[in-house]
Amino acid sequence: MNSFIALFRARTLEFVRDRGTFFWNMFFPMILVFGFALALSDAGTTVFTVGLIGEPPGDFDFLSIEQIEFIRYPIHDNATVESVVERVRRHELDMVIHFDSTEFYLNSESDTAPLLRRIFEDSQTRDDGPAVFHERQISGQPIRYVDWVIPGVIGMNMLFSCLFGVGFVLVRYRKNGVLKRLKATPVSAFSFVSAQAASRLSIVFVTSTVVYAGTNALLNFSMEGSYLLLAILTLLAIVCMISIGLLFASRLRSEELAGGVMNLVSFPMIIGSGVFFSLEGAPQALQTASRFLPLTHFVEGARAIMIEGAGLSGIFTNLIALAVFSLVFIAASALVFRWD
Amino acid sequence: MQDILVVNNLVKQFRQVRAVDGVSFSLSEGICFGLLGPNGAGKTTTIEIMEGILAPDSGSILYRGRPIDDEFKKRAGIQFQNTSLPDYLTVAETIRLFQAFYPDPRPFDEIVEICSLSDILTRDNKKLSGGQRQRLLLAIAIVPQPDIVFLDEPTTGLDPQARRNFWDLIRRIQSEGATIVLTTHYMDEAHLLCDQIAIMDHGRILEIDAPQALLDRHFDGVLVRIPLHDPQSIDFPLPEGAAIRHGALELTSTRLDETVRNLLTVGLSLDGLSVHKPTLEDLFIKLTGNTLRA
Repeated sequence: MNSFIALFRARTLEFVRDRGTFFWNMFFPMILVFGFALALSDAGTTVFTVGLIGEPPGDFDFLSIEQIEFIRYPIHDNATVESVVERVRRHELDMVIHFDSTEFYLNSESDTAPLLRRIFEDSQTRDDGPAVFHERQISGQPIRYVDWVIPGVIGMNMLFSCLFGVGFVLVRYRKNGVLKRLKATPVSAFSFVSAQAASRLSIVFVTSTVVYAGTNALLNFSMEGSYLLLAILTLLAIVCMISIGLLFASRLRSEELAGGVMNLVSFPMIIGSGVFFSLEGAPQALQTASRFLPLTHFVEGARAIMIEGAGLSGIFTNLIALAVFSLVFIAASALVFRWD
Repeated sequence: MQDILVVNNLVKQFRQVRAVDGVSFSLSEGICFGLLGPNGAGKTTTIEIMEGILAPDSGSILYRGRPIDDEFKKRAGIQFQNTSLPDYLTVAETIRLFQAFYPDPRPFDEIVEICSLSDILTRDNKKLSGGQRQRLLLAIAIVPQPDIVFLDEPTTGLDPQARRNFWDLIRRIQSEGATIVLTTHYMDEAHLLCDQIAIMDHGRILEIDAPQALLDRHFDGVLVRIPLHDPQSIDFPLPEGAAIRHGALELTSTRLDETVRNLLTVGLSLDGLSVHKPTLEDLFIKLTGNTLRA
């Protein structure tokens, strides 16, 4: 236990004293978040986006307005209707028209609602059709892109920090003989590796919290769910990513090779996990593949908590997936770990 | 005296190279043992097998009559040839880190005093000079209060002063009762420090004994060297044991008067004649040859 604490302390001191890495870990993600917030602050396009559920009548005038983008949702079971309406609540759609129930949905908190109501009602009076549409009002704060992207940016930062902070460092220690020197002491591989992992876990959790709090102070993210649950999800995700770093570091001797392999792993993971763009419209194969990426489960779970206010049951599968991935990676690295 | 370590018929093969090829010897407690040999002779491989860092292909090491185990790790002090120290730690923090690894570490102040580290305690490991670095590595090696200390080329690259300081450190640790195992390229160092030396080449031990005993065995008398202006002009039979090397006639002599008289008789000019007592370096060259090693 003594040696665990000493190694933990040494590794943490190393991180704090390595100014370059320290500031990179803290400020790079903050800059990224502010950059997104700034660049996409007026992302609300001039064109309205209206969802259509069911089959519209042939001569529906409203649909000929070119300034409106229409998205058709041909399946109209209850779940689809619910999820499409939910998008109005989040300001992702400006309006939804349900042809079967002759209803339309507007968000009373949206600036576009009065104008769209006016245009829609105007177009209806010119139509001679029998159907009269009833308005259903819903309300909800808009979800800015930055609200949606913050879990992704933090997740990406966690991924890099864990892969390189554990993986790279172990490879460097192996190459320059620090690991060999430790092997010659009574310290066990287990207490050495777990001290490294524990130090990194604390560091990454603290930096993630600081990045979140720092950007939140200015951007005031949507937070519908529980911070405790978000913290649990974050801790589990960090453990999972550290275990990936350990797996890569368990044998490699060359920093160049390790760097290449880690980039090879992290970039597809970032793209495939829906960090910056939603995978909703992506090919099914990619969506299936994304289920096997740990980062997906963190980003998805964090978005569910923050945006939808999901509880434990809502992100349970994400937590289980992260736990299973962690166990697999830790077991694999324990099997192949070498001091030299 | 009791043997602290017995090395029995070690063999270690790395791909094409048989780095250690049947090495056996034993170390009496409290001695300083020197392992000498040219680069690539198998010194480091041998010492790392003795440290328990490398596993031999065959053969065994017995520490106090038992195979090396965790108990050995707690009682062995080790200084590798090329080791980095943890980054971003100071000298004091590094010593304390290693203290935490051992059940009964040597007190901090004692380590600092022995290795003369008090002036550089707050210095970052990366900013140490060569001599300071070696002293810190030695400090780490003596943290466990070892009864056996392995030093792999500890003075390579140090300036003459730093080397002499380091020799004092080694003597002091030995005087406390620790057994020292040392590899080195420097024959003067081996002669000064070691009670017993083994000369290795091509993975085998060529000779093993006390330095003076080895010299007495291999050299009878003194070494005489006479530079020749024109080595081709020698038209007399060379005395027994003499050879022409590097443009000079070299021979050993037990009775210098007689040798000089004989050389004058055959008409050789004795200009530039030098006489010296054979050293370990002479023995080393004699045993391992003087061709360049890749």
